[in-house]
Amino acid sequence: MPAPSDFEPKILVISTNLISDPGIDYAGSAHVHYPSSTRMLRFPCSSMVRPEFILHALTHGFSGVFVAADGGDCPFLRDCSDRTALRMQRAYALLKEHGIEEGRLRMAGICSVCSDAFAKNVKTLYDAAKRMGPVRGNGREATT
Amino acid sequence: MAEIVLDKPGEKPRIGVYVCHCGGNISDTVDVAKVAEALKGEADVVVSKHILFDCSDASQNEMIEDIKNLNLNRLVTCACSPKLHEATFRGVAQRAGLNQYLSFHANIREQSSWPHGDDPAGATAKALAQARSAIAYMRDATPMEALTSGSTQSVLVIGAGITGLRSALDLASMGVQVYLIERLPYLGGHSAQVGGTYPTGTRGDAIVRDLVGQLLRKPNVTVFTNATVESQSGYVGNFEIRVHIAPRVVVGPSAHFNDAIAACPVSVPDEFEYGRTARKAIYQPRAPVVPNLPVIDLDHCTRCGKCPSILGGAVDFSQRAEVLTLKVGSIIVATGFDPYTPPQGEFGYGAVPNVVTLPQFERLLATEKGPELTYLGRKVRSLAYIYCVGSRQKRAEGDGGGPVHEYCSRFCCNATVNNDLHVHERFPEIRAYHFYRDMRTYGRNELMYEQAAKQGSIFVRYSEDNPPRVTTEDGHALVTVQASILEHDSVAFPVDLVVLVTGMVPRDNQALNDLFSLPIGPDGFYKEVHQKLRPVETNVTGLLIAGTAQFPKDIKETLLSGSAAAAKASTFALKTTLELEPFVASVDTSVCEASGGCLRECPFGAIEMHEYEGIGKRAWVNSAVCKGCGACVAVCPTEAIQLAGLTNPEVRDMIEALAR
Repeated sequence: MPAPSDFEPKILVISTNLISDPGIDYAGSAHVHYPSSTRMLRFPCSSMVRPEFILHALTHGFSGVFVAADGGDCPFLRDCSDRTALRMQRAYALLKEHGIEEGRLRMAGICSVCSDAFAKNVKTLYDAAKRMGPVRGNGREATT
Repeated sequence: MAEIVLDKPGEKPRIGVYVCHCGGNISDTVDVAKVAEALKGEADVVVSKHILFDCSDASQNEMIEDIKNLNLNRLVTCACSPKLHEATFRGVAQRAGLNQYLSFHANIREQSSWPHGDDPAGATAKALAQARSAIAYMRDATPMEALTSGSTQSVLVIGAGITGLRSALDLASMGVQVYLIERLPYLGGHSAQVGGTYPTGTRGDAIVRDLVGQLLRKPNVTVFTNATVESQSGYVGNFEIRVHIAPRVVVGPSAHFNDAIAACPVSVPDEFEYGRTARKAIYQPRAPVVPNLPVIDLDHCTRCGKCPSILGGAVDFSQRAEVLTLKVGSIIVATGFDPYTPPQGEFGYGAVPNVVTLPQFERLLATEKGPELTYLGRKVRSLAYIYCVGSRQKRAEGDGGGPVHEYCSRFCCNATVNNDLHVHERFPEIRAYHFYRDMRTYGRNELMYEQAAKQGSIFVRYSEDNPPRVTTEDGHALVTVQASILEHDSVAFPVDLVVLVTGMVPRDNQALNDLFSLPIGPDGFYKEVHQKLRPVETNVTGLLIAGTAQFPKDIKETLLSGSAAAAKASTFALKTTLELEPFVASVDTSVCEASGGCLRECPFGAIEMHEYEGIGKRAWVNSAVCKGCGACVAVCPTEAIQLAGLTNPEVRDMIEALAR
C-alpha cells in the first residue's frame, strides 16, 4: 500500500552533547529549516547508541532514526566514527531481522558547526521515510 | 527496572513545568500557552506555566516559591539550549532545596522555534513532545551528587602575541602558574609590528615590551619560545600537554654578533617586515626576545660554519629539541591571525611596483626615520588607500565555492585613517586619496575620520561592482575609479604609492586544530560556544579561545578578550577541586554475565573485572577514570552496565514520550 500523501513521518534524531547537538543548535541559530516532525534526544557520545534503542524507536512510532554522530571531533574517542559505524551495522542487521527497511536509519558525522549538513541529512531521511510510509513488519506503528 | 529513588523518600514525583517565551524568540512561533496547558494533563505534573523569561530573577524566584509551596520535587524548564541555561535551573533546584539533577532543561528554542519558524504548528507539536520527554525522564530521575576531581593551579597559554601576553599577565597576577608558549623565537605577535596604534599613537612594540617586562618580573610565569604543542590528553583541571621546544642554537653572549650577522651568506624575506626587506639566517629580532640574544632560523641556515668560527661557544649547533610535559588546569588558545595577502594582480599587487599592503605600509612608516617618506628610492608625494581588500567579498556565481572572506575585519578603516593622520603630521606635503566602500570608523574613531577629512584627505567612495583599477604609468601607479557620485565618468589618480587596506584572515593551524578538535566557524576563525553567554569557551570545558584567532579585533578589543579568557581560566585554575558531572557508568552485578565486552570497549581503561565474594567475576567501573561516553552501554549483552543520568529505561521512556 503506498504511503498516504499526508503521512508525516516522525524522525528521531540522536545527537551528542558536545559536538552534534551544538551543531543542531547552530542550525536553529542560523534559522536553517528542516522538518519539524523531528524529535531530539541527546546522548553523551554516539558510541552509546545501542542498536536496540533504534529498534525501540522504530517500533514505537518513529518512521526514521538519524544518528548525528560525533565524527572526528569526538572528545572521548579518536575512533568514534568507526565505533558508531559498528553500532549501525548491528542495528541494520537487527532491523532486517524485524523486517524493517534499512533506509529508515541514517548516520552522519555532524560537527559543532555543521548546520547545513545536519539539515540536508535529516531532510534526506525524512523524504525517504515519507516514501516508505509507516513502519510495518514487526513495527507497532502498523497496528496503531 | 531502574529503582525509583525520590529526593524526598516516600513521595510521588511532583513536577513543575515552566515554558519560556524568551521574549518572542520562542512564543512568536511556538504556542507556549497551548504547550503549558497540554502539559497540565500529564501524570505527576503539579503545575505548568508559561513565562516571559524563565531565566529572569523574578521567574527563578517564582519557581523556588512553587517548589516550596506546592511541594514540588522535580523541575522541568522548556526554553533555550541547555548549553546556555541548564546550569541556571540546576541552581534554582538547589536553592529550593532539591538535588540539582532533579532539574531538566528541554531545548525548544534552538531546536523548535528557530528552525521551524516556517511551521508554527509543527514547532508547537515538537516543543510539546520535547517537554513530554523531559517529564518522562524526570519522573524516574534519581538524585545524584557531583563528582569531584583535583585540579592543577596552572594554565597553558598558546601564543605570545598581545592577547596571550595579556592573559598570561592577568593569570600570573592572580597567583596562577602560567606557561606561555610561542611558536616563533620572539614575543609580541603582529602588535609588535604596528608603528602607531590608534587612537593614542602609542607604538605597538612599546605596548608589547611593557607587557613582556611586567610578565618577566612575575615569579610564576614560564615562557617557552620556538615551542609548539606536540600532544594533549586529560580534561579540565588535569590536562597533560607535551610541548616541543626547537633548539635555539645561540646559547650565550658574545661581542661579535654583528660580525656573524654580516658574515651570514643567507638572505631570506624578513617576515617581520612582511617581506618588504630581507634578513639573514642569523638575525636580531626587533620584537622582545627571551633571552635577549640573536636567533638562528634553522630552516634557512646552510650550516656554512661562519657562525661557530666567529661566535665560538656562543652557538651550539649540536643542541637538540626538548619535549616537556606540563600539567595544567585550563588552556587558552590565542594563536592570532594572518594578514590577508592579495593574489598576484589584485589591485596591481605584485604587478605594479608601487603597491603595498597595509601591514607593509605600517612597517615602512615605522622604519622611515628621515624627513621624507621614500619608497623604492623615490620621494612619496601622493598616496592612495584602497579599502576592503580581501574583506566583505561576495561569493561569485560559479567560482567553485572557493574560500572568500565575507566578513568585515573591523580594524582596518580605523588603522588606515590613523595612519593617514600620522602621515599628515610627519609629511604634511603628501596628498592622500582614500578609495573606500563604506567608512566604518566606529565609536570615537569617528573623530579620526573627521580630522582626516578636515586636514584635506580626499575620500572617494566606490561601489563593490566597480572597484578601482591599478595600473602603472611613468613610474607612478594610476588608480582609475568610477566614483559613486559620478554617474558615468571615471577618474584617474596618478600616485606614488598605493596602500591596499588588507584585513585579517584565519591562520592555518591545522596541527593544533586537530590536536584539540578546535571548533571552526564558517569564516574559518575559532567559534565560541555562544557569542554573548559563553564568549571565550569551546565545547571542551577548560579549553578557551581568545584574540584574533576567534575573529578580527583591534588591539584594544583583543586585550579585553585576553583578560576575559584569563578570568574564565581562573574559574578552573584557582580551585583545588572541580565538580564534574556524575554521569558515569556503573554495573548491576546481579545482571552482569562477565562477558568482558565493556572492558574491551572502554577507551580509558576505566572498567576492570572484579572477583566478588559469592557471585564470582563481575565488571567494575572506576568512576574516577570513567569519562561517561557510554560506549560500554552499547555493547553490554544484558544491559548490566548503564550510565547514571541516562539509563537504558530512561532512554526508552524518552523515546516513547517523543513518539507520542
